[in-house]
Amino acid sequence: MSTDYTDMVVEETTGDVTESLAIGKVVWRRFTHHKAAMVAAVVLTLTIITVYTSIGVGRIPGWWKFDFEHTTDILNPQGRPTMHFAGWKLIVGDHPFGQDEIGRDIFARVMRGAQQSLMVMLVMGIIATATGVVVGAFSGYYRGRLDNVLMRMTEVVIAIPALVGAAVIGRTFGGKGAFPLAVFLGLVLWPALARLVRAEFLALREREFVDAARVAGASDFSIMFKHILPNAMGVIIVNATLLMAVATILEASLSYLGFGVRYPDVSLGNLINEYKGAFATRPFLFWWPGLFIVIFALCINLIGDGLRDAFDPRQRRIPKSKDLSKARVSAPMPTPEEQAAALLEGTKRGRRKGKGADGVPLRPDDESESDGEARRRRFGAWWR
Amino acid sequence: MASFLTRRILTAIGVVIAATYIFYLLAANAGDPLEDLRTSTAKNRDVLIAARTRELQLDVPAPLRYFQWASGAAKCLIGRCNLGQDWRTGQHVESMLGSALGSTLRLVTLSLLLAIVIGVAIGIISALRQYSGFDYGVTFASFLVYSLPSFWVAVLLKQWGAIGFNDFLANPHFPLLSLILIGAVMGVVAGSAAGGKWSRRLVVGAVGGGGTALLLAFLDKTDWFRDPSLGPIVIAGLGGGVAVLVTFLSTGLSNKRALYASLTTVAVCVAAWFPLQTAFRYSIGLTVVGIGVGIIVLGGVIGWLFAGPDRGISVRVASITAGLVYLIIFVDHLMQWWKPYNDSQAIGGRPIATVGSVTPELAGSGYWVGTLDTYTHMVLPVATLVLISVAGYTRYARASLLEVMNLDYVRTARAKGLPERAVVMRHAFRNALIPLATIIPLDLAGLAGGAVITESVFGWHGMGRLFIDALQHVSLDPLMGYFLVTAILLLVGNIVADVLYVVLDPRIRLNA
Repeated sequence: MSTDYTDMVVEETTGDVTESLAIGKVVWRRFTHHKAAMVAAVVLTLTIITVYTSIGVGRIPGWWKFDFEHTTDILNPQGRPTMHFAGWKLIVGDHPFGQDEIGRDIFARVMRGAQQSLMVMLVMGIIATATGVVVGAFSGYYRGRLDNVLMRMTEVVIAIPALVGAAVIGRTFGGKGAFPLAVFLGLVLWPALARLVRAEFLALREREFVDAARVAGASDFSIMFKHILPNAMGVIIVNATLLMAVATILEASLSYLGFGVRYPDVSLGNLINEYKGAFATRPFLFWWPGLFIVIFALCINLIGDGLRDAFDPRQRRIPKSKDLSKARVSAPMPTPEEQAAALLEGTKRGRRKGKGADGVPLRPDDESESDGEARRRRFGAWWR
Repeated sequence: MASFLTRRILTAIGVVIAATYIFYLLAANAGDPLEDLRTSTAKNRDVLIAARTRELQLDVPAPLRYFQWASGAAKCLIGRCNLGQDWRTGQHVESMLGSALGSTLRLVTLSLLLAIVIGVAIGIISALRQYSGFDYGVTFASFLVYSLPSFWVAVLLKQWGAIGFNDFLANPHFPLLSLILIGAVMGVVAGSAAGGKWSRRLVVGAVGGGGTALLLAFLDKTDWFRDPSLGPIVIAGLGGGVAVLVTFLSTGLSNKRALYASLTTVAVCVAAWFPLQTAFRYSIGLTVVGIGVGIIVLGGVIGWLFAGPDRGISVRVASITAGLVYLIIFVDHLMQWWKPYNDSQAIGGRPIATVGSVTPELAGSGYWVGTLDTYTHMVLPVATLVLISVAGYTRYARASLLEVMNLDYVRTARAKGLPERAVVMRHAFRNALIPLATIIPLDLAGLAGGAVITESVFGWHGMGRLFIDALQHVSLDPLMGYFLVTAILLLVGNIVADVLYVVLDPRIRLNA
């Protein structure tokens, strides 16, 4: 599924004019037109802004009045949340997410936990992506003996199940703080990406533009990272994003088991672990950290899905028949693509028949992947 | 093929050796087994430390100690395994692994089976209704479920699922409002899954929603939840439905012989219900399975006798029907034990268990109570595992079917006028299953390593639990035993997946 993006110009239909666009712009436009991904991106951005500005970072203070270690008097019985609806009015109060049994503010704790989780996720993602890309690039570009050695190494790492390896590493380095933990955990998640990048490089290194670069005197290094890498960017970005979603849940799971971020530091999984015994009496202690894990994982997954759609060159969005008829009114001559789409999509009457032409989807689906390597990259995550 | 297999197996052996070595070094440095002694205040502290150091051979550096472990493990090849023992309990690792693997497989195979059946069914419907409300709903739901951390789901299920359901069972009555709500939800789901004309969707939705609400109201009135049972009449009705459905999906209702064969099978099974009640009473696990096999064979014979245009299909349809109806009869008999089970002292009217895999007080109370007890313990962990893994199969089945539906031979099948059922079930679905079939060995192998988190939340003593305990106490031998089993299973799963791919898809060649 390798695609050459540099010398590719795509004609994208935009309402009334057909214009030629560089592939980067096409991808960007497709991504920004992906509704679910855009909603997810906005939600994620707002959440991250809240998480970092509320309690501040390090010495920089935030706008929230409590910090995550400070204890105050317990306001409501059992520290129940002060946030509630009075009629239609949302009342936030002093402790919107409630307080724990010794009076610490849950909102501040969740914010701190989310900061740590985000940091771990980002560091893990970056380390895993970088390792995967470098291993995959060398392996695919040089082939031969180096490829053999690197791929055997990858197989050895794959033979260690992610959660098992991560737990052992977490048991070893968890006490040293969240950052070193994240660095070492990054070393568990790279093999899948390395295999994908290798497949990409194997295909791209045979292309003419690589020959051209070599003839022009480019070094191996510059061919790999200046010429081939940009063309493999689609696969890398999509999978790095999906990897971050996995990293979020992996970190939360490890902390929950007690092998991740440890007391006195706070992370989202750690909070759930700390409060799991109190579910029956104080369910809110448990709701909020979980909700934030779900927000992060879900938003990143949706963004990753949007990116995959955007980068897949085989894919064309078919306008709905409603939009088509609207376009037909405004534009006197439908473009060939629209005509074809209309033919295959069928008019409203054709659609109702339910069989025949309209049952044939025009484009291959989002995640259709037939090559054996990509078979392994699948949605499931049995280790959970 | 032979050379491919040899090469793969040799590589796999190399990988196992390298991976165990790395894992041994990692695990040996994961913590200090002397930790509790170092901080102890006992007078003979130094003696204790020396004793444990000698016992665990901590004075030998880990890179060398590995070879002692490996020489013991290598004896497995000649049938005399020595994987060491847990230093805290003195238990042998082989026996620990045996029992843990058994209970994990019990949990995991059921969840995997359910997840595959449910996921594939939803994925197929979603693909056939691409870009419909149902499709978007399923897509979003699978993203949501996929993003849920399992421990969170598990604790929520424990709280709302188990405790809520047990409270409900104490007084099993539906208020009118919840009946209407459940009916409405079912109606919307059924209607949107139906597809086609709006009028058809409305009818399907109304029937589905109304039927569910009425059924629940009826069950409520007859106090079914306290003392559930099906009885021969309901079994006959359900069996008839199963027969028609199986025939429709595999050959189409126009194949009258196959339909008659499966309906006859149902009649025979319902007739067998009466003697089976007595037979079941004196049954243990093996007899129940044996009777099941017998009934499936009987179904096959009936199909063979009915023959029809294609004898093989008749046999298959009748035996699948027989198996499914036997399952219903089995469930029916299980239900008859529900009331005694639920009212027993040990259960006390709170049947859905949240911890462990059996109720120890019920040991020795017979096969049926024991089975029921196992199932009530499995409900929550299985529900958790199905919930978090079903999304993967849904997406995979959907993508796979959509890809196949675009291919030329499907268009040809349509063009020559085959009914939609034949196009989907015979041409598209079978080929869409190929990539799915190849990920199942991988998943099974991976899951045998234990659903680490789910097991630890529900106190299930499986592989995952063994791993967590061993890691917590840095007990190297069980840890290595666990890792050896999971790594070998993973590699075997990988090889099986590759071979299966070649066997199922003749377009793919192994480059040996």
